[in-house]
Amino acid sequence: MTFDASGRLPEAFLVPGGSSFMDFLAGHAPDLLPGRRSLGSADFSADVPHGTTIVAATFPGGVVMAGDRRATMGNIIAQRDIEKVFPADEYSAVAFAGSAGFGIEMVRLFQVELEHYEKLEGTTLSLDGKANRLSALIRGNLAMAMQGLAVVPLFAGYDEDIKGGRIFSYDATGGRYEEHHFHSVGSGSLFARGALKKLYREDLSATECATVAVQSLIDAADDDSATGGPDMLRRIFPVIGVVTADGYQRLPEDEVASIVDSVWAARHERPDGPASSLT
Amino acid sequence: MSVPFYVSPEQLMRDRADFARKGIAKGRSAIALQYADGILFVAENRSPALHKVAEIYDRMAFAAVGRYNEFENLRIAGVRLADMRGYSYDRRDVTGRALANAYAQTLGAIFSSGGEKPLEVEILVAEIGNNTAQDQIYRLTYDGSIADVRGYAVMGGPAEQVADYIGEHYAEGISLAGALRLAVDALGHDGTEVRQLEPDQLEVAVLDRTRSQMRKFKRISEETLARILSESRPESSPTTDAGTHTEPAAESVNGGNYESGDATPDSSTDAADDAPVAPPVEDDTPVAPPEDPDTSNPL
Repeated sequence: MTFDASGRLPEAFLVPGGSSFMDFLAGHAPDLLPGRRSLGSADFSADVPHGTTIVAATFPGGVVMAGDRRATMGNIIAQRDIEKVFPADEYSAVAFAGSAGFGIEMVRLFQVELEHYEKLEGTTLSLDGKANRLSALIRGNLAMAMQGLAVVPLFAGYDEDIKGGRIFSYDATGGRYEEHHFHSVGSGSLFARGALKKLYREDLSATECATVAVQSLIDAADDDSATGGPDMLRRIFPVIGVVTADGYQRLPEDEVASIVDSVWAARHERPDGPASSLT
Repeated sequence: MSVPFYVSPEQLMRDRADFARKGIAKGRSAIALQYADGILFVAENRSPALHKVAEIYDRMAFAAVGRYNEFENLRIAGVRLADMRGYSYDRRDVTGRALANAYAQTLGAIFSSGGEKPLEVEILVAEIGNNTAQDQIYRLTYDGSIADVRGYAVMGGPAEQVADYIGEHYAEGISLAGALRLAVDALGHDGTEVRQLEPDQLEVAVLDRTRSQMRKFKRISEETLARILSESRPESSPTTDAGTHTEPAAESVNGGNYESGDATPDSSTDAADDAPVAPPVEDDTPVAPPEDPDTSNPL
């Protein structure tokens, strides 16, 4: 970041141009952008914390996104109360799996990118526009992804046009894929998706949808050592974000606690979770 | 026979200042007013798209009068500066003081450099704190001079006349509805005859510290504005106005006869139904210049 010695706003600030904060940084302060740093050729994947499982599911009028609270570093639990689900702006949520350091940086940059556009243009981006900006952001991280520092986000939001929630998944190269009904990413995602398949229905309420998310995270933690289940001793529970026409809302701690407690109680009877019907 | 061409520095600066001042006085006024829960901005602006008031950051807003292209450029620079500081430090480290300083240096440098035309703008940088005492309003003029304002500030058009009207009726701790009524009345008292401004001629926004979101800036829509103004209309004559504005005593921050925007739900819907949502006047100029070149406006 450079500032004019006189204190005057640098020329770059006064040049009329695009509304993208990322593009502005690329021109004026490229060192602030992730993905512009050279790392040599080592593989860092076991030396830095990694975030694990994220799930998202839509319900009529919105979408729920939930993430477990564990970050791992190889076989070590790096953090047991990390947060991986964030509001991207008022009507969307973003979460990440993969390298935690870059993931958090990416989320921060993405949040500023959306807010910056909104302030400069006086209007918000369409949900697809937001999803595409996230794509561009991940693509900039490609070199690091190849060295084991991939960030794989999950993006979901309320779409004003269809009056409902939508989910977008990404790969490490920035490919963007729209998912229908539900999706999961991260190390425990396969197990979580199995649970989602069996439990998800299209007519769930927001709370029921959050319950399905909690069930699937518990199933992921059951079979994936890198995914953290609800920590009943410390009362550390998944972060659950709900996006509806009213905007992003993080489900209050006590509501999450009551969902987890009821699921946990039921699992004392049947540790594998609720059985779905055979036909 | 050529006489050496000499202009004294005093004369040069005076000419440049006159030039800028004339440009600014051509437009309509904009007002920033501290009320109990934040800062209210009211500008006379017929364009719904070209704003004179805008959000900069969580607790900061920008208001300007003068040449649109010039202040729009300053606004964008301000948003870039704020977002970049917030991204590289923390959201709490973005301050109005830093931004006002950067603007002052920029305006000052342009004003005193021979090569550039002085900017014909006057701007406000406002930042809300946790209470009225911590609010900051910086007023910056075309030459880069900066003033720390308390209570209210008026720029552009016949600013002094409008400011005088507010000065007569303003009381600290005024409610939002009261502040809005006062500002709209003041904008109408900018000439020899009193004008009644309609909601579609106004651009209104607030920095509201009671807002639960991190970003405290909010535009007030034409419908909401019409409702608030129609509720306070019966008392809009200057004499009764004066009575109600001065009435709220210092101890009641929300007091006064004016209810703030959140009146009882049923009464508000009633009011919204029969509220005279002002008919769009002369909508054939969709992108009207914010500085209305209305020749009837006394400079």
